[in-house]
Amino acid sequence: MNSRGIRLVTAPASFGFIAAFVMWIVTAAYSGFGNVGAMLSAALAFGAFSVLIGTGQMLVIASGPGNIDLSVPWVLTLAAYVSMTVMHEQNYLALPGLFVALAVGAVAGALNFVAIAALRLPPIIATLAWSFVYQSFAFNLGGEATLKPPAILSWFTVQRVMGVQIMPVVVIGVTLVTMILLRRSVFGRHLLATGQSELAAYLSGIEVRQVRLLAYMLCGTLAALTGFLLSGFSGGAALNMGDTYLMESIAVVVLGGTSVAGGQANAVGIWGAALFFNLMATMLNTFHLEAGVRLMLTGVLIILIVSVVPRVAIQNSK
Amino acid sequence: MSEPATASYSAVRRSWLRDTSQVSLPVAALLMMLAIIFWIRPSAFSYFGFTLLFKLATPLVFASLSQMLIIMLGDIDLSNGSFVGLINCVTVLYLGDWPIVAILIYLATIAVYAGFGLLIYQRQLPSIIVTLGMSFIWLGAAIILLPSPGGSAPEWLSNLMSWRSPLVPLPIWIAVLAAAAGHLVITRSSYGPVLRGAGANPRAVERAGWSLLGIRLAVYSAAGFLAAVSGLLLTGITTSGDPNIAPAYTLLGVGAVILGGGSFKGGVVSPIGTVAGALTLSLAGSLLSFLQVPPTWQIGSQGIILFLVLAGRVLISERES
Repeated sequence: MNSRGIRLVTAPASFGFIAAFVMWIVTAAYSGFGNVGAMLSAALAFGAFSVLIGTGQMLVIASGPGNIDLSVPWVLTLAAYVSMTVMHEQNYLALPGLFVALAVGAVAGALNFVAIAALRLPPIIATLAWSFVYQSFAFNLGGEATLKPPAILSWFTVQRVMGVQIMPVVVIGVTLVTMILLRRSVFGRHLLATGQSELAAYLSGIEVRQVRLLAYMLCGTLAALTGFLLSGFSGGAALNMGDTYLMESIAVVVLGGTSVAGGQANAVGIWGAALFFNLMATMLNTFHLEAGVRLMLTGVLIILIVSVVPRVAIQNSK
Repeated sequence: MSEPATASYSAVRRSWLRDTSQVSLPVAALLMMLAIIFWIRPSAFSYFGFTLLFKLATPLVFASLSQMLIIMLGDIDLSNGSFVGLINCVTVLYLGDWPIVAILIYLATIAVYAGFGLLIYQRQLPSIIVTLGMSFIWLGAAIILLPSPGGSAPEWLSNLMSWRSPLVPLPIWIAVLAAAAGHLVITRSSYGPVLRGAGANPRAVERAGWSLLGIRLAVYSAAGFLAAVSGLLLTGITTSGDPNIAPAYTLLGVGAVILGGGSFKGGVVSPIGTVAGALTLSLAGSLLSFLQVPPTWQIGSQGIILFLVLAGRVLISERES
């Protein structure tokens, strides 16, 4: 358990990891070193959800300046509702449920891009308008009720093999695949080229639209997967399950070292930022501060971290 | 100084021409929605009907204008809604009994707001993440001041907001005056091109001898001031305080700016369009309840309305080209 944590923290150096490590140590020093393991495993489990949804957001943000997906919290919620309805708590329907959830995400992502391309809308507005529509679908499908997950899904999200949690390991796998995709695959190279200069990418023969369509579809799919797993982890699909992920999905990407100007992505950095976020919440909780002070410190820390992280990409573009 | 002067003159001409087609879209959408509402319920076509329809739009108009100034600089403000919430809490707590304290807090928050604008510029930080952090700070400060919703607005403020103004209802007066003032400063005045240029082509503005630092400080302060006005007016309408009163203003404001012909590239904004956009967005909710859209589909229908209105933009730009 601890060795995994140490390996993660000493992996590619990144401010998120360092900040997360500091939070971890400070909290442990404050509350006693007895529960460092429990603290880290909780941060890994919650962090895994932030990483999944953040990885999708990263692909969209990297596809060019102004690209962002504000619909992720409601794609997450809608996919959770649809898949819980399909599975109606039956274990043998878990796989079909997963595929339905992923399909919902892919379609939602495609719709986002179609609105951006066909109506020539800024992505912020197009994905915001779609998120209203997805929200209405979720209202009508689930209403106020919490739809319960099948037992096998809940089991998967909390199960350990030899003390190691399965789900965060799977998400680390997703991060590694994304990293390889960005560095080695044709799609990855095209995505970053499109993000750096859409015109240059287009002139060199890249199907710019297809690349961005795929980025939005992957983002929707990963948001949907987050919703599917999160409803297993938290006991069901609920209307407010996506609330915190709108801001968090953006924050972990930017704090993880991806430039909002596009054309550059850092998949591993998202883990650092996600651990930082969750360990910061744990730390502020351990200090028994009142809610308002906690929120203010969260804001100050976000601004502080983003101010000290060196920003290579932005300096290049100036 | 003569060269930039001629350049800015032609910029004024072009922006004035462009402004008419930008503004026509949200105004047309607004008129169409009003026509549908009055067709369904003719009795709403009255002084009282207009007051009810546009009452809640007034604070959104100012929040949208505040957002417009930030978008004009090429930034975005994700903290707008929680800033309005903080002003709302400060107002119910202090403005009635200790007006001096309230005014000092307003000035201090606007100064902090402008300070963050300065930080974004000097460290070349992405505004989206800094303002996200700021939104936590405003919300946290509001919750420290007012842990649970409550309190009451000073009487004069709620009386002001329910004042029966001559000719047309107060919300219409405020919207028209705000749009006119914005138009004069941002679109028509000689400072307009400099302010918009600070977002569109900062280097050119700097070379023309202007201090970008000064411009950005002034614009961020003005944006903070407008958001504070929004919070004051909102308090006058709701008459009580709640830190979480206006989180929706952030994205609705962004929507109003874009609906009004603004662009995230910076430098392209229209105050009249923004005001019309804010009125359109807040009227969309009333329209849907007049059409008896079930509550669960209302938010989705608002999304569809947003798409329908913005689809008009494609038609306009195709006709122009």
